Amino acid sequence: MSSPTMNSGAAMTANAMTTISPRDAAARIARMRRRQLRSRTGWALCGIAFGLLGLAMSWILLMVMVRGISALTPTVFLEVTQGTGGGLLNAIEGTLLIGVGSMLLAVPFGIAAGLYAAQFSHTLFARVIRFMADVLVGVPSIVLGYFGYVTMVEWLGWNFSLAAACITVAILCLPYICRTTELALSQVPAAMQEAAYALGAGEGRVAWKISLPVAMPGILTGVLLAFAISVGETAPLIYTAGWSSYLWSGQIVRSPVGYLTYAIWAFINEPFAAANALAYAAAFLVTFIVLAISIGARLVLLKRQGAR
Amino acid sequence: MNFRRTLIGFASVLPASLIAVILFLAIYYWPAVKFNGLEFIVGTSWNLGNTYGTPIMRNGVAMLPGAHYGILFLIAGTLLSTLIALLIAVPVGVGAAIFLAEAVPGRLRLWLSFLVELLAAVPSVVFGLWGYAVLIPLMGHTVFPIMQRLLGFIPFFAGPTGSGYGLLTAGVVLALMIVPLIAATLRDAILAEPMVVRESAAALGATRFETVWQVVLPGVRKILIGVTILATGRALGETMAVLMVSGNALNYLPPNIYSPISTMAAFIVSQLDSALQDPTGLAVRSLAEVALVLSVISVGVNTIARLVLYRAGLKEARL
Repeated sequence: MSSPTMNSGAAMTANAMTTISPRDAAARIARMRRRQLRSRTGWALCGIAFGLLGLAMSWILLMVMVRGISALTPTVFLEVTQGTGGGLLNAIEGTLLIGVGSMLLAVPFGIAAGLYAAQFSHTLFARVIRFMADVLVGVPSIVLGYFGYVTMVEWLGWNFSLAAACITVAILCLPYICRTTELALSQVPAAMQEAAYALGAGEGRVAWKISLPVAMPGILTGVLLAFAISVGETAPLIYTAGWSSYLWSGQIVRSPVGYLTYAIWAFINEPFAAANALAYAAAFLVTFIVLAISIGARLVLLKRQGAR
Repeated sequence: MNFRRTLIGFASVLPASLIAVILFLAIYYWPAVKFNGLEFIVGTSWNLGNTYGTPIMRNGVAMLPGAHYGILFLIAGTLLSTLIALLIAVPVGVGAAIFLAEAVPGRLRLWLSFLVELLAAVPSVVFGLWGYAVLIPLMGHTVFPIMQRLLGFIPFFAGPTGSGYGLLTAGVVLALMIVPLIAATLRDAILAEPMVVRESAAALGATRFETVWQVVLPGVRKILIGVTILATGRALGETMAVLMVSGNALNYLPPNIYSPISTMAAFIVSQLDSALQDPTGLAVRSLAEVALVLSVISVGVNTIARLVLYRAGLKEARL
């Protein structure tokens, strides 16, 4: 098969192609075997890598499930925390309050930013929004928590409070809502919007009646994922929400609130079995809520893709 | 036009809040910068000074006698734990992505990929809980002593092995947290590579693995680099999980891989209470400087990652 043989006439070519010396054949087979072995090793290593990931992840989820479910008693849902025992009603309420409150703040501003970035994508301000959103995603959540602490808790004198927690988490969620909104809007067919403009609709009418409704499943996915983030966050809340063993007083400032992720972090370090059980119960609730929201968000997206 | 003006008003909240965060931290930390100077990033001792002493003035800043702030040990802890996380997460992530994209048949792939994406949503404090309750006893009692016996001849792997809290444990937990991001992004990229490329390689006689390893993977190289940097940014800023497993060491550089460490993010949480004991407020301001150093590193890494991914043709990176 080497080039000199190919050049020296048809007869010789035919000869060279039919007779391969036994040594060559053996070498080829050996090389083929080596390649196959290497490929099999490669697949095996990839399988092991996936297996490791799967093992660790199932371990985490199983631990949360097993220890969490065994710690779930009616008391957890019916009573507030007393010292390091009791229930988690205050924390469940606090987590939902912070989640809903931060979404109420973040959703209008986040969607507005995403809408602007998508509808007027060529403008300088749209580019500024996109860049700032990407930068804000990169800011570690603890830094935002620290910012909330020095500004709202200390400087404005709100102390640990629902307002400080909600605003901090809202800032954290803004870029996620903005970017998913923009992505969803950019997939709305331009022809639909152009048709509306051609019929004389203004920018506001096109946004409200055409772009936003068509992109709604994508936007909703982003909002749900942001909500999941607000439920699962801990670091920015430690120094903005504080901790309270009582139900919400109804005040948005100068009154700390409890939340589930704090219970995980603080109660696992306590030397009491009852406190540890509460930590596992909280971990189960947080994981369950976050995963349920994530699954729900993806189902919304899948449904839209199925409808097309 | 009125609509557009209102929209701009609402939309500018996002840029405004970022600017507010940066400005406020910068204003707040300025006295600390004046006091600490360059010593801040090359010193390895964080010392509030004598909290019962009379505050004295130096460089125009009120301070407690003996106060000294240097965070080199935090920078080292942050970078080393992230490095260990990457050394584990990149090979595992690449392997898992190849396995998901190329070895698993259609229907099952959908489910397994879905599972990997869900894992990216598990809150960090739950990873921390697992690290605290499961990984630390395992590492401290079993893995570390075995490692020390087998690898003890390498300087950084020699004992003492400690209790399980520390650099390697933090690295492993961080690795677990970033593997889903790497695996899911790379899987999408591999699946998006054109079929023609694979067919050409197969026609040349390459085995399926050779096709993936030598043809498909080089094609997604830039995306792998980009997502690795993105994962780096995430690991650098991770707080809760590290806080729960790192041992929160103070004022020394890790002598070996088992040693307790602390990272900048975890330090901000663990030290705020004691920093508040400083009546001059310099300690809290120095913490703001830690937050700013962390933000600068993290934002820089994140921006580079997005640039790389954008140039690799991935317009919308996973957030």
